Amino acid sequence: MEALMSLIVGVLTAGGVYLLLRARTFSVVLGLTLLTYAVNLFLFASGRLTIGAPPILDPELSRYTDPLPQALVLTAIVISFAMTAFVIMLALRARAELGNDHVDGRASAGASKESEA
Amino acid sequence: MNHLVIAPLLLPLLVGTLLLLSRRTLSLAARRSLNLAAILGQILLAIELLILVGDGTILTYHLGHWPAPWGIVLVADRLAVWMLLVTSLLAFFALLHAMQGTDRCSRHFHPLFQLQLFGLNGAFLTGDLFNLFVFFEILLLASYGLLVHGGGAARVRAGLHFVVINLVGSTLFLFAAGALYGLVGTLNLADLSLKIARLPPEDLGPAQVAALLLLAVFALKAALVPLHLWLPSAYASTSAPVAALFAIMTKVGAYALLRVETLVFGEQAGILTGFYAAWLLPLGLLTLVLGALGALAANELRRQVAYLVVVSVGLLLAAFGLGTADGIAAGLYYLVHTTLATAAFFLLADLITRERGWAADRLVPGPALPNAGRLGGLFFVTALLVAGLPPLSGFIGKFLVLRAALEEPVWPWMLGVVLFSGLLGIIALARSGSLLFFHVRSAGSGAPTQARPTQGLLGAALPTLGLLALCLALLIGSGPVLDLAQATAEQLLDPADYIQAVLKPIGIQVAPGEVWP
Repeated sequence: MEALMSLIVGVLTAGGVYLLLRARTFSVVLGLTLLTYAVNLFLFASGRLTIGAPPILDPELSRYTDPLPQALVLTAIVISFAMTAFVIMLALRARAELGNDHVDGRASAGASKESEA
Repeated sequence: MNHLVIAPLLLPLLVGTLLLLSRRTLSLAARRSLNLAAILGQILLAIELLILVGDGTILTYHLGHWPAPWGIVLVADRLAVWMLLVTSLLAFFALLHAMQGTDRCSRHFHPLFQLQLFGLNGAFLTGDLFNLFVFFEILLLASYGLLVHGGGAARVRAGLHFVVINLVGSTLFLFAAGALYGLVGTLNLADLSLKIARLPPEDLGPAQVAALLLLAVFALKAALVPLHLWLPSAYASTSAPVAALFAIMTKVGAYALLRVETLVFGEQAGILTGFYAAWLLPLGLLTLVLGALGALAANELRRQVAYLVVVSVGLLLAAFGLGTADGIAAGLYYLVHTTLATAAFFLLADLITRERGWAADRLVPGPALPNAGRLGGLFFVTALLVAGLPPLSGFIGKFLVLRAALEEPVWPWMLGVVLFSGLLGIIALARSGSLLFFHVRSAGSGAPTQARPTQGLLGAALPTLGLLALCLALLIGSGPVLDLAQATAEQLLDPADYIQAVLKPIGIQVAPGEVWP
């Protein structure tokens, strides 16, 4: 399970970084979203992966899941959700103000050829 | 447990919410006075806290009465209160300047301003790493709104870069926090300090990865080379009061670096002793040089001032990177000076821009300024302050940093780089000063030739004068301020009191045995 989890985090991070380096705002937003998914899974795994154990301390139980990372993930999800909403609005505003959806505000020569093709 | 510790958080949060709810019902004048009164309240709170912690007491506030490593804890020690005071003083003058018209553009300026202060105060007071992340997000979200306040293509473009790079920074922060939690099982800074010290040598690799990720995040906030590239265009394109308030934003990164450097990776940190200091010094010196070169190459006044912010971050972090009490004390004095002086420079650049008409703040020969004498005088004084020439407070700050460096083996590097970049800074400021005030040229056909004289220059320049007066007060009162800085540095280098204050059980109703298994 640990191998699968780290593989998923790795693939999501790699995809996120790749999309983040693209020129258009839409792929950048998608990249940010993938990165936050990756970090949420990573935070979740930082409390160790335990199956079928309650996240509560109980003297009668010998095994329990660390509840703190779950609380952290919840906070991180809320914050990243708000930030994604904000960055989408800002990207739309930039599209309106700058006339194109490029991150640096101008279509470079290569990118305009690509859109013509 | 002292309830005063949480007051600097509650006041801006409540006033910010009130300002948001009343944005359609209250008049602009009432909202302005409410905002100003709240900032005055924060100044008084910071002074009151400074009196309380001045003798070395460390005040803690355990939210919901939960004991420390599990619950949320706020800590007010000398450093945190020092930062609170600088922030509130800066915010007061930035808001005064904003009242000259910047706040008319949208109804949300005043709530965002208070929420920005809420995030800043929280970041300084919090005692655990995850809440530092949360408060970073709060101050960033408010700063995104403030940065694009007023709109315009340049502002939105710079805002988009600022937002995306900071969101990446936030993700890295979470990775770092998760890695540290997975390694030692705590995020409370005091507890982290104890557990890092007991880390077995085989965990050195993962611990270094987590520490370096954290360093990258704070370096991004502080605009340390090579993560400084977002700063110049963001600061140069936003409105003047926001740029002035943002003078403290890079210092939040510097604060976090200093806190983690001394508390978590300090003398007692076992295998990670002095881990940050080794990075901060060379990166700080590199930042100094690149920032000074940027200031020399800038073709707009505001961009030049933004590069001077980068320069000041370099000197600050190089001073913190010395890791000695003298170095940190010198850095703390310089931090206050540079925050106030660069903020004054941003406000002054706005005054000059308003008068120059078509030439705005571009460093080209422009129209003759109607108030050239008075504005030029202000420019001269501010430039002396920022460049660190005698007899003003910038010189004292720089001198102290260099004196602290002389006792370290790196002194030739430090002296050479600081003096060389100082020279570059002086050249850059002399060039822009002579271009702005002496090289007069009428505009080409079609452009209006007359520059507009500002009505009531004294009133418009009042916030700038206020910040300059604070710098003067810093110069006159440098004795007591330096004593406080020295005491703060010594408190930071001996974190036992901090750890004790945070982690001791707070049981008044609860017996210590119950909360401390």
